[in-house]
Amino acid sequence: MAKTYFTEDHEWLRVEGGVATVGITDYAQEQLGDLVFVELPEIGRKLAKGDTAVVVESVKAASDVYAPVDGEITEANGSLSADPSLVNSAATGDGWLWKMKLANESQLDSLLDEAAYKAHIG
Amino acid sequence: MTGEDTRHLPLEDLHQAAGARFGAFAGWSMPLTYPPGVMKEHLHTREHAGLFDISHMKLFAVSGPGAAALLNRACPLDAGALEASQSKYTFFLNEAAGIIDDLIVTRLGDDRFMVVANAGNAVEDEKHLRALAAGFDAKVEPLDRVFLAIQGPDAWAALARAGIETGSLLFMHGIEPRQNWFMSRSGYTGEDGFEIGLPEADARGLVAKLLEDERVQWIGLAARDSLRLEAGLCLHGQDLTPEIDPASAGLMWAIPKEVRAAGHFIGADALRSILDRGAPQKRVGLKPDSRQPVRAGAALVDADGNPAGHVTSGGFGPSTGHPVAMGYINTALAKPGTKLFADVRGTKIPVDIAALPFTPHRYRKG
Repeated sequence: MAKTYFTEDHEWLRVEGGVATVGITDYAQEQLGDLVFVELPEIGRKLAKGDTAVVVESVKAASDVYAPVDGEITEANGSLSADPSLVNSAATGDGWLWKMKLANESQLDSLLDEAAYKAHIG
Repeated sequence: MTGEDTRHLPLEDLHQAAGARFGAFAGWSMPLTYPPGVMKEHLHTREHAGLFDISHMKLFAVSGPGAAALLNRACPLDAGALEASQSKYTFFLNEAAGIIDDLIVTRLGDDRFMVVANAGNAVEDEKHLRALAAGFDAKVEPLDRVFLAIQGPDAWAALARAGIETGSLLFMHGIEPRQNWFMSRSGYTGEDGFEIGLPEADARGLVAKLLEDERVQWIGLAARDSLRLEAGLCLHGQDLTPEIDPASAGLMWAIPKEVRAAGHFIGADALRSILDRGAPQKRVGLKPDSRQPVRAGAALVDADGNPAGHVTSGGFGPSTGHPVAMGYINTALAKPGTKLFADVRGTKIPVDIAALPFTPHRYRKG
């Protein structure tokens, strides 16, 4: 059964079987505006919490998306190469960014649940 | 640049009501985007008409028997040769011919001119012009106006519907259609369009009328930037600075031949010497050969990895459908076909030197 977590940096993680699917929240995509490019990570790359995993580029600016927990990249959302605007239209669905195998599941405990994230963005 | 010194537009309440997202620019809190977003706002301007609040920019009236002589000293310009209502793109230069600001000067009468200057330089510009004015029989008067731009192929029709006829006004001409109004056919998008400086109460009336027209939408600063970049127009502070001269910037077309040869403007000697030696760097258009935007500050290298220049403006062109940029490169490399690479976070993105503008200008010249 999948469980969804959030970060204060406006990412979401859906965790199932030790693998997290990661994306940015609807609030984040609204702040960024129309995305025109997503720099995807290499499969197999090992990330520590806080490392830059992906760079999303809007018309105006480039923004880093950080690894919310430690782990190894197992998949990147290739459909974003052809259509980066999926992140705008479906931030929490088809606009996911990458999947990672978790190195330390206990790190999930420090993340926010949906209610706490909603309170965070006010 | 946020905090208590941030200045607010007189029409801020209208932008808030329209759902604008605000951000700081040149000391002002400015609408960056509205609910449609930068992409749709940009395309709407090219297809219909975009309404921009550019009240952060500054209008100066320069008048008096010495007004033309003052402007000829401050700018590489023959102000006396301008016909009534004619506008000219020009600059304030420093002694080294560096660009303090780029401006549009319009002749309103025998001894009266309008100077439109950038927000970020308005304080510096006023100080500079006032200091110079002491030596001339001329008055410099900053005007308290709302300043609106309406840009795009439907701009003239939308103004006509709002009761403002623009028929005989051509590109780069400006008039005073009503008391305390200044209206020029000009802009910063590459499209046909108008810029109108007017008192706040009049502006509220005009905006209300314009927005009744479904061809007209508010457009934010983000799309203003992507529109001007596609149009190959410079942003002072990025593409032009006090360290860059008009020859390097490829803007010598703005300086009449006689003024180049014999004008007594500040920076004349330095500019003539740069022209004699040849400018070491040139501004060029850059087209990244990728979907990945190349942005201001990125270093440019040649095929062998030698430093070649740097990017001064870059982003995505919603009308071109690909990233667009401009920057400065060593003059020897400044020809079409040169292969360059931009360093973006350690990755070398191939970029081609491209002709400017990226989207053709559609000015109404006659």
